[in-house]
Order: sequence, then C-alpha cells, then structure tokens
Amino acid sequence: MSDLLYSETEDELRSAVRSLLTDRCDAAQVIARAESDQPHDHDLWKTLAADMGLAGLLVPESLGGQGASARETAVVLEELGRFVAPVPYLSSAVIATEALLGCGSPAADELLKGLASGRSIGVLALPLSTAPSTSYVQVDEADGRLTGRIAAVADAAAADVLLVVAGSGLYAVDTTAEGVSVSARTPLDLTRPLSVVTLESAPGRLLAADAGAAVRRGLTAGAALLASEQLGLADWCLTETVAYLKTRHQFNRPVGSFQSVKHRLAELWLETVHARAAARNAADALATGSEDAPLAAALAQAYCAPVAVHAAEEALQMHGGIGMTWEHPVHLYLKRAKSDAIALGAAGVHQEAVAELVDLQAP
Amino acid sequence: MSDAAELISRTKELLAAHPPATTAREDFLKARFDAGLAWVHYPEGLGGLGAPRALQAVVDAELEAAGAPDNDPKRIGIGLGMAAPTVLAFGTDEQKQRFLGPLWRGEEVWCQLFSEPGAGSDLAALGTRAVRDGDDWIVTGQKVWTSNAHNARWAILIARTDPDLPKHRGITYFVCDMTDPGVEVRPLRQITGEAEFNEVFLTDVRIPDAHRLGEVGEGWKVAQTTLMNERVAIGGMRLPREGGMIGPVAATWRERPELRTRDLHQRLVRLWIEAEVARITGERLRQQLVAGHPGPEGSGMKLTFARLNQEISGLEVELLGDEGLLYDDWTMRRPDTVDFVGRDAGYRYLRSKGNSIEGGTSEVLLNIVAERVLGLPSEPRTDKDIAWKDLAR
Ligand SMILES: Cc1cc2nc3c(=O)[nH]c(=O)nc-3n(C[C@H](O)[C@H](O)[C@H](O)COP(=O)(O)OP(=O)(O)OC[C@H]3O[C@@H](n4cnc5c(N)ncnc54)[C@H](O)[C@@H]3O)c2cc1C
Repeated sequence: MSDLLYSETEDELRSAVRSLLTDRCDAAQVIARAESDQPHDHDLWKTLAADMGLAGLLVPESLGGQGASARETAVVLEELGRFVAPVPYLSSAVIATEALLGCGSPAADELLKGLASGRSIGVLALPLSTAPSTSYVQVDEADGRLTGRIAAVADAAAADVLLVVAGSGLYAVDTTAEGVSVSARTPLDLTRPLSVVTLESAPGRLLAADAGAAVRRGLTAGAALLASEQLGLADWCLTETVAYLKTRHQFNRPVGSFQSVKHRLAELWLETVHARAAARNAADALATGSEDAPLAAALAQAYCAPVAVHAAEEALQMHGGIGMTWEHPVHLYLKRAKSDAIALGAAGVHQEAVAELVDLQAP
Repeated sequence: MSDAAELISRTKELLAAHPPATTAREDFLKARFDAGLAWVHYPEGLGGLGAPRALQAVVDAELEAAGAPDNDPKRIGIGLGMAAPTVLAFGTDEQKQRFLGPLWRGEEVWCQLFSEPGAGSDLAALGTRAVRDGDDWIVTGQKVWTSNAHNARWAILIARTDPDLPKHRGITYFVCDMTDPGVEVRPLRQITGEAEFNEVFLTDVRIPDAHRLGEVGEGWKVAQTTLMNERVAIGGMRLPREGGMIGPVAATWRERPELRTRDLHQRLVRLWIEAEVARITGERLRQQLVAGHPGPEGSGMKLTFARLNQEISGLEVELLGDEGLLYDDWTMRRPDTVDFVGRDAGYRYLRSKGNSIEGGTSEVLLNIVAERVLGLPSEPRTDKDIAWKDLAR
C-alpha cells in the first residue's frame, strides 16, 4: 500500500511555501490583481519557480531540475490552493513538464531545462476541461506550420511556449512567433486566466511524433495533482469558516454553537479527511510509478472535485451576507473550486474512467 | 522487543512447539497467549510483549499461513474491542490476571450493560442503582439493547452510586457476573427477525467491590475509554479493495448484466468510489498510528462506515429486483456472532440500519467531531450542575 503520510521534508517544504504565500499572496492582493491587466503574479512566480526551485520538482537533476517527485509537488499545490495563488504552477510545472518528460526527445529536454529553472513558462495548449481519459482537440499541420483554434487554454497568456497537438505529433510553438495569437477571455475563476489560442501557419518544432503518450501523461499528472490543490482549497474554506463562527455571535451565543451549523461543519471536516487520503494516494501512485496511477488519479478527481465545491459553497453560506461581497475572499475559492471541477475532466468523466478501470461496465 | 524479525522468530518457535495440525485449539490459544503473541501491544504476562500495535499484523500473517486456529473474534467482539482495553487501562493487577486470558481465548464471552430505556445518547443520565453493602455492591435496574447478553459470562456495567451528584459524577464502573441469580436476560427481536440484543433486568445483583473498575464515582471517565474503543472497533477494520459491503454488489453487477440500468450504474460507481476512498482513509489512519501520530481522523470513520453500509446495501436490494423482494429467513434466532455482511442483501440492508445507532448515533458523533475536533462551542447545557435525582424525565 502506498505511503499516505507527509514526510518531514514535505512538511518543511509546506512551511516554506506557506510563509512565502502568507507574505506575498494575501487575499486583498489577489482580489486587487484579479481585475488588473496583469492577472498572473510574475514576481511571485519568479520567487517560487526560480529562487525556490519549485518549478523543477518533477524534473531530473540531469535536466536542471530538483529530481523530487509528485509527492512534494502535491504539497506545493495544496498551499497554492489554500491561497488561490495566481501562478501557472499546475500548467507549467506539472502538466507541460510531465508532457515534455513523456516525449523523451532532445528538443523536449531542451525545453524542460527552461521550464525547470523557472526561466520560461510552458503550457499544453488544450482546453482546460480536457480529461486524461477522453479525446482531445488537434490543429492542422502542413510542413511544420500549424493552423487552428483552441478555446479556453489556461495560463496561455503567461506562456513563453505552447505545446500543441497537431496531426499525430506534439509540437512546440513560441508565443512570440508569427501567426500566434493569444487572446484573453473573461474567466469565471479570475485567478487562473483563460485564453483562446489561434494559430495561422505558426512555425512548430516537433517534440514527439506520437503525441498520445505524452499528452496522456501530462493530463494524468495534472488530474492527480489537481486533487491536492482542491484539498488545499477545501481546507482553507473549512478552517476559515470554523474560525469565523467561533467569534460571530447571534442570539446571544456564538453561531458555531448551533447544532445545525456544527453538523454541517463536521460533515465537511470528514469530507476533507477523505479528500486528503485520496489526494495523497494519487500523488504517491504517480511518484512511485504505480500501475494503479490512472485509477488513483481518476478516484482522486471524482472524489476531491465535488468536495472543494461543497466546501466553498458551505463557506459562503455560513458567512452570511459578508460571504456575498467582493471584498471577502470566499468568492475566489468558490470560483476556483467550480472551475477546478471542470478542469481536467468533470467528476462524472472521472467516475466513468473508474468504472472502466475496475470493470463495472455500464448497461 | 519490538522489531518484526524478532516477532516472526517467536511466532515460528510457537508454531514449532505447538504444531497447529496436532495441537488442540484451546491448547494452541493458551500457548499463544502465554508466548505474548495474542495482542503484542499488551504488556508481558498479559498476552503481549509491549510491542507496537502495528506489528500484530506480522504475527497474524505468520499464524494464518501456518493454518493456526484463531480466537474467533466475531464471537467475542465486545470483549476484545471494549472490555479488554478498559480492564487494561483501569483494572488492578488481579483483575487483569483474572479476566484478560479467558477473554482473549474466547473461553468467556463479554457483553456491555450501558444503555437503559431512559439513557441512550444521554448515557450519563442512567438510573441503575448500585448500593454499597459491606464488601459488595447490590445492583438493581434495567438495561436494554444488550448485544450478546445471552452468551455472556461477564458484563461491563455502569451504575449510579450517588444520585445526589450531577449526572456525570455519581457513576461507578463494574464487572458484572452474568450468572448471578439476580440477572435476567430476555431476548429483544430485531428488524432482521433475529435477536442479537436483549433486555437485561438486574434485581439485587451482588457484585464484589473487587470487581469495581476504577474509583467510586469515576465511572464516566472509565466509560469514555470503552466508548472510544467501541467506535474504533466498529469503524476501523482493515480491508482489501472491495472487502466491505461493496464487494457483493460489485460481484453481482459483474456477473449479472441483465440487472444493470443507467441509474444504478451511476449510483454504484459513485458508492464504489466513496467506499474505496474510505478504505484508503482507514489505511492512512493506521499509518498515522504506526508512525506514532494518531490524528483525530479516527473519530469520523464510524460515520462514513455507517452511511456507506446503508447506502450500498440499499442499492444492492434494488439491483436485485424481483429477488430484492424476497428475504432469506425471518426465523427468530439468538445468534452467537455479530455479522454485518454474512447473509443476503435484505439482511445486510436491515442490519446496517443499526450502524448509525449502535456505539453512539451519527448525530451524536457529529456533535463530538464538531466540539472535540473543530473546537466549536457546545450547546448551552441545562443539566450540568443539577443533581441526577432532580433531572427532568
Ligand atoms: C444493534 C444495536 C446494538 C446495540 N448494542 C448495545 C450494547 O451491546 N450495549 C449497550 O449498552 N447499548 C447497545 N446499543 C444501544 C445504543 O448505544 C443506543 O441505542 C444509542 O446510544 C442511542 O440511544 P437511544 O436508543 O436511547 O436513542 P436516543 O438517545 O433516544 O436517540 C433518539 C434520536 O435522537 C437523536 N439524538 C439524541 N440526542 C441528540 C442530540 N444531543 N443531538 C442530536 N440528536 C440527538 C439520536 O441521534 C436519535 O436519532 C445497541 C444499539 C443497537 C441499535
């Protein structure tokens, strides 16, 4: 059975990330940035990715990374979720990185060095909703020139390089190249910006002749580790709501002493306990290269995605009117949780994947 | 004395000296207890070796591979899960020596005389009276829902020794001899048709003071140890994938495609996922225990276990369609074991209804999680400083 606990190193990593984010990513800053023309926090990214070396956790030392594993990466994501941090960590340091690792070509290795060092940001140019178990969009390719349109790509606005599926291959396209346009949409979750990517005879460098395995690997890692972000989100919602209801008084007593509220919070706590087990299980399965990794990822998404949404919805309700304000951060968590529930495949899609993997066939 | 290798070699010595094939079951269990391999985390001389609890699995695996007999834990769940940890924590040396061996070997079955008609969730309101008489206590009152009382040699019992104190303070904890002429056990038939539990009438039952556990008036504190262990015992079994209630439904689903519908498929897969996540959570809990950092997570597992058992068995009855309309057997029996899974789907469905009541209702467990884990304030209490005899009834 997998190791479901946090190691000492992982605990230390968590405190380092948390203290940085406490300093540099408080809710007021995130809210202020959300509507600015700089929705990504580039300075924070530089500190996290380059100075702390966290962009390279999944990359072997021979390619300039830290040679750590999905377990540590998951801990970073828990904290990023807890702070709804507007940085392209999941996109670049997890999904694009894992896809590149799955290419195994010199061109991919070259890009990995840039991504691992945090000097450049890479994004797998697929709609954020693409699940590891389903089909995905492809653009057209002719003589190394790519043409097509991809909707709702997360963090493309911050990317230096896009990984694009065209024909059966995976290509690298620089965002500054001719024929590439990245135009921002208005996202539900302002902390994870979305863009439409349009390619018109854009020059692509071939990374892998067969994109399938690389894309699957990137998306599976993304889905497995998104569960840790969802856990961090849910944990913040629970902790914050419990703290608020201990001090908020109505009817001459703390609101948190009313049983109808207590039972809902206890249920939510239990959901986070289960979500933690599911998320750790998925991270460990990836880290150890377990055969069960696709099942662990699907299980974690099917379970954790609804938990994060439930936690955010309960947090809002139990804050009363203040929870409906733009000023209070709970809406950031609701919007992130709801988009995360679609990201990398909705819970129902992962549920179907589980059914397939454990042989519970549909009628 | 703590590592796995050492335990394996001791287990091999036990097996060599008492080969299961040629040793009587009672003799083997006795030798195993005396070798400290019964429950390795118990102290030496009491069936253990003071080793980490997690290492029991190593011993069990070794014994199972050798075909050694076990102590039939399903028959003696209350003894193993509740009475034993309480005797260990609060018993005198004589009590531990007297009770733990026969308990573990299954020579003496135990039951739990806690609940009363007027004291269930509010157990501390109990009214069974114990009055001192020389070296004895004379006990009179009524207990109810007492599982396995019809097989029991001993009972753990809580009774009121001082009605003038507030309810939590006037309670004392005893070991009650179920063969005492003042103990009358009457079966209570359950919704499953059988009578796993009973009502127990206590009329001038004589209990020697030497069978008191803990101090006079400290019974509530002692009972907390029992109740905590009960909840762990109900929610904390280690299982392989599909090892619980989900197993039979998943098997039926695979074997009988003609029963499948879209709606049932959605619900089945959802429950499969929740059951598997609950199983992984249980594993995480055990890893925390082994690492020496038990978390508060344990207090929630019984809640999940109860809900899932009920939903899964409910789905199973529905899946079976025409067969779900039938029931295996309503004959009134007084069973020897408590088994949640062992019979047909209809039985599982009905028996699992008790999972959210026995050992503390789910509502009460949610209160406990909210107050002890999340630190939320308790509801205003009206019974705290009132003598038990003056409480509303
Ligand atoms: C199968 C089975 C086996 C059992 N075996 C044993 C045994 O061996 N020995 C033993 O001593 N007991 C045993 N019990 C008894 C069990 O512990 C009690 O039934 C249980 O504690 C509930 O008490 P009650 O039945 O009096 O219900 P009540 O306490 O009257 O509860 C009625 C309802 O009110 C709710 N409620 C009560 N208080 C609160 C509150 N503060 N907040 C919110 N809701 C509340 C309850 O959740 C429940 O839904 C067994 C019960 C069952 C079903």
